[in-house]
Amino acid sequence: MTREDLHREDPDRLYTVTGGRSRANESALDLVTLIVSEGEPVPGMQSEHVKILRLCRHPTAMVEVSSVLGLPVSVVKILLCDLLDTGRITARHPSSAPVDAGLPDLETLKQVLVGLHKL
Amino acid sequence: MDCTSSEQDTRTPLPSTARDGLKIVIVGGFGVGKTTMVRSVSEIRPLSTEETMTQAGVGIDDGASHGKTTTTVAFDFGRISLNEHMVLYLFGAPGQERFWFLWDRLFAGTLGAVVLVDTDRLADSWYSIDRLEHHGTPFIVARNNFGRPEHTLDQVRQALDLSPHVPLIDCDARRRDSSKTVLLTLVHHLFALSSVRETTP
Repeated sequence: MTREDLHREDPDRLYTVTGGRSRANESALDLVTLIVSEGEPVPGMQSEHVKILRLCRHPTAMVEVSSVLGLPVSVVKILLCDLLDTGRITARHPSSAPVDAGLPDLETLKQVLVGLHKL
Repeated sequence: MDCTSSEQDTRTPLPSTARDGLKIVIVGGFGVGKTTMVRSVSEIRPLSTEETMTQAGVGIDDGASHGKTTTTVAFDFGRISLNEHMVLYLFGAPGQERFWFLWDRLFAGTLGAVVLVDTDRLADSWYSIDRLEHHGTPFIVARNNFGRPEHTLDQVRQALDLSPHVPLIDCDARRRDSSKTVLLTLVHHLFALSSVRETTP
């Protein structure tokens, strides 16, 4: 296990990080939604926002942002929604994922097979 | 000023063309080799994170669930860039009962699942298999097997009460080629299921 006690965060601190909000528009963001910065951090910005903007100069999945920042996914979602609202990041949502526990389409599966064979 | 660039330098960034994230979940009991499997095929060192969720008291019949409970769950993941646009994320998920309400949300939209089993602790997998079947999530079962197996795969299939339609294979999660075969077996299985669906309206 690579599990580290990185995230034993004090709830008060998490409250501060998110400005006390408990819910963002969560349904829009998936673990594997790729986040891309649309600009550089500016002075006075919250440190977590600065970190996200730097990290996402290259497309970075929400779950990776969570891991690198050492914050739970639900907290990162709220931070990302802030940045989405102000246009500082864009989100590339999964487009090939099956919906409603259905099956993936054949074209997607073909591409996955080709990619895996190259491993 | 903190030096945030140092943590970034150790990462392997995705190309700017990456735009479509996919997921496969590897479910299994503690210590069965989920992280080992993720590591053997991932292009990045496996990462770990946590999710915390508050759940209104559900019908867990342990007599202690009154009101809201908060569950924190840690999970590992790795990734494989499939092509310039598609990135596959592999998640290692503990299969214990108390985590399933989290998986339902976190792993919605998964392509499919690999149930990784250890012959000595097959009972650890019953619940996971049950839930995957219940949800209609397609899956295969892989026995993490290094050394001489004490049981045949047929015996494992019987012990798991596994449908004959669900692929069951041996693997060595430490080996990249073996883990790759597991993933390919899952995707071939998905392909077969999806082909049947598309030809039977």
